[in-house]
Amino acid sequence: MSVVSVTTGPRRGWKSVSTWIGAVIVGIAMICALFAPLLAPHDPFAQDLGKRLLVPFWMEGTDPAHLLGTDQLGRDYLSRLIYGCRISMLIGVTVTIVSAVIGIAIGVLGGFLGGRVDDAVLFAITTRLSIPVVLVALAVVGLLGSSMHLLVITLGLLLWDRFAVVARSTTMQVRNLDFVAAAWCAGCSRFRILSREVLPNIASHLVVVATLEIALAILLEAALSFLGLGVPPPLPSWGLMIAEAKDYMFFSPWVIVIPGIALFVLVLGINLLGDGLRDAFGTHRTDT
Amino acid sequence: MSALLEIEDLAVSFGRTGAVRGTSLTVERGETLCVVGESGCGKSVTALAVMNLLARGARRTARSMRFQGEDLLGLSDTGMARLRGNDMAMIFQEPMTSLNPAYTVGSQMTEVLRRHKGTPQRVAVDRAADLLARVGITAPGLRLGQFPHQLSGGLRQRVMIAMALMCEPKLLIADEPTTALDVTVQAQILRLLAQLQRDLGLGMMLITHDLGIVARVAHKVAVMYAGKVVENAATAELFASPRHPYTQGLLRCVPVPGKIKRDEPLGSIPGTVPRVGPDFEGCAFRERCSFADPTCEHEIPRHQAGGAHDFLCRLPA
Amino acid sequence: MLQFLVRRLIVALLVAATVMTLAFILTRLSGDLAVSIAGPNATQEDIELVRKAYGLDRPLTSQFFDWVGRAVTGDLGESYFFKARVSSLIAERMPITITLGLTGLVIALLVSLPLGILAAVRENTTLDRVVQMVALLGQAMPSFWLGLILMITFGLQLGWLPISGTGSWQHYVMPGIVLAFSAIPALTRLTRAGMIQAMGSDYIRTARAKGLSRASILLKHALRNAAIPVVAIAAVQLGFMLGGSIVIEQVFALHGVGFLAWESIGKNDFPVVQAVVLVLAVIYVALTMLADLMNAVLDPRLR
Repeated sequence: MSVVSVTTGPRRGWKSVSTWIGAVIVGIAMICALFAPLLAPHDPFAQDLGKRLLVPFWMEGTDPAHLLGTDQLGRDYLSRLIYGCRISMLIGVTVTIVSAVIGIAIGVLGGFLGGRVDDAVLFAITTRLSIPVVLVALAVVGLLGSSMHLLVITLGLLLWDRFAVVARSTTMQVRNLDFVAAAWCAGCSRFRILSREVLPNIASHLVVVATLEIALAILLEAALSFLGLGVPPPLPSWGLMIAEAKDYMFFSPWVIVIPGIALFVLVLGINLLGDGLRDAFGTHRTDT
Repeated sequence: MSALLEIEDLAVSFGRTGAVRGTSLTVERGETLCVVGESGCGKSVTALAVMNLLARGARRTARSMRFQGEDLLGLSDTGMARLRGNDMAMIFQEPMTSLNPAYTVGSQMTEVLRRHKGTPQRVAVDRAADLLARVGITAPGLRLGQFPHQLSGGLRQRVMIAMALMCEPKLLIADEPTTALDVTVQAQILRLLAQLQRDLGLGMMLITHDLGIVARVAHKVAVMYAGKVVENAATAELFASPRHPYTQGLLRCVPVPGKIKRDEPLGSIPGTVPRVGPDFEGCAFRERCSFADPTCEHEIPRHQAGGAHDFLCRLPA
Repeated sequence: MLQFLVRRLIVALLVAATVMTLAFILTRLSGDLAVSIAGPNATQEDIELVRKAYGLDRPLTSQFFDWVGRAVTGDLGESYFFKARVSSLIAERMPITITLGLTGLVIALLVSLPLGILAAVRENTTLDRVVQMVALLGQAMPSFWLGLILMITFGLQLGWLPISGTGSWQHYVMPGIVLAFSAIPALTRLTRAGMIQAMGSDYIRTARAKGLSRASILLKHALRNAAIPVVAIAAVQLGFMLGGSIVIEQVFALHGVGFLAWESIGKNDFPVVQAVVLVLAVIYVALTMLADLMNAVLDPRLR
């Protein structure tokens, strides 16, 4: 007998490896964020103008006390990086909480009530998408002055669209399922149906969206701080670190390479974890 | 002269499922072979295996597969593509989705001819219009410029048939071409296929689970069960003296006016077609068969019942 | 279709009106504009003078309707800092931003269409996983940082491309690549998903049964259908890119609309800021309508 055509099916394992990588990255970031004062070898704000722009450990002439070198003001780069992780995680999580509350409320209402309410929700989403996020966030911070609170509220008010889109569509699906109809028939109140039947069933989709939003918020904070209208100095935000080191990048490229890679790896880790969660929950991509 | 299509011992498996397990079929020129059986018995997979259109992940083996004497097993992908749509054509069960929604009927019909014969577009359009008229579509010129979504299911299946005929194939494989259509349209399409087969001298492999269709159009019949042909016979012979218990069961499920008495219950075969592995031994029908005994778990001999009639059962009776 | 377009147009106008209101509220958030315009060293008289000169002493509602009334006729007011018409300022800078956005979109499509098709054709192989990984990496890339790294590498060390400014087409290569990165992940995933769906469809089985060539099956029959959502998202992505180009314009010192907005934010030049927000929103809405139209062209069922 002759074999004519054989094709292999999907292989497993690779997906779980990448999920684990993501989980480890996020885990390390969370430890850095929570225990920054214990982990940082130096005070991230302490300037030492005698030790400016010391090179990191892989280059010649490094100072063993400063593993990742120092910045243009002689502040320890590793310590600033660890404190920067705290800022990134803090902003990512708080912005996502604000936007999740807004987006889920809007989306669930539209999907659950339908009709005029849903038309209004769709209109709100369209309007929100037409507003340029970076520009408006910059304008708000520029006009009102930079602070962490303002940044979180502004980004939270701008990033709820994906939560709303996903909450709306999944609520619509769940609304039409038999057990929700059964709950209606049993005389449950709207609030009870929403909280007991709908929300638990759309939660897995929303968790996946949340990971994406945390990653997006971290990137946006970095971009705004880079433009000088995000986290106020001397806080060690990674975006701000890149902005402050920009003038030295042609002679000491590592001053922007280090915080950039930290940012990239953290966002990648969150996305890998989100992808893994999506597969684990069996939900489909909703962001395109 | 060799047969039009000759398959020996075809086997197709998807992972641990043996969809087709040693099927042998022959289609002569100008002859209609009906392949019958319940859903999931391997009819469609057999057809797709002949066309080499199996989905990814399928494993196809055979002792030999010849089309007009040419070995299909040794043929490259491009060699096979040159045969498909040209000397052997196929129409499918799903007329609603089998045409590309983005292109007009005309463009989808003419591209076959341009591909295989290099026919100029203008000539190809004329042939497409002729064939549309031939399959009973009025205003063919108008239809050529229309998109699939503007046509009904029956019309789309007619377009599929006309498209299959563009290159004057020798063999037409029709995989349940009427299943998705309304009953009245089903009869029209069948009549059309039978007529085209006669007029053009086509060899046809018609896959169906409808024995009424078989009785009307087939020259000979192959009954499939769980990936094996359990009975081969000329049509009249099969209906007159079915030998395999499964064939007998199938025939009992068909109401025949005059033969069946009022209030008499129609026959039915309990259970469904089992999923079996490629190395399954014995008769796959034994669990639903009233004649089964322990010997059915071993290799089953193929009995000859005279002429071209054979069947696969331990009972020679 | 016409009815659908009219509906979309009405929604677009409503969106524009809402954005106008929001942009107006946004610029009034900072409290007393006259104080910020007059500057830190201004006396009380200076501030009063500014208040009168810019009409800031009038009630907010009358300021609002005045702005809306003039914006509808294309008059976006006057810049405090540049002492020029806002509309001409934007018109002057827009070509740079549009060029940048289109360059980014073209690069994104040139990368993501082949990658998406390749990944779909080789679904579940190493190649497919590599492509999906590339999409994930692209999604995690901070655009401004990538811009700086490209500047160091290709601008300084290799000297292949100019580092900043807008003198020639070479000036748009690096910013275009950076901008493209923001759209590549979504476009690649969408192309891949669309192609996988199309390749598994009945009409592709028909095309194969017709003996068509592999190229024809892939590019004529599958891609045409897979491209429909890609085109729609590409238009929307262009809208996002124009809005997001503010960061890249700043990195590469491209004096486009984004750069203008950034300068104006620093100068409290609120007529420019609110006008740029409005113009970008209108462009976005227009692009989504364009996407609907292109969908109708590509998908005969929508006509």
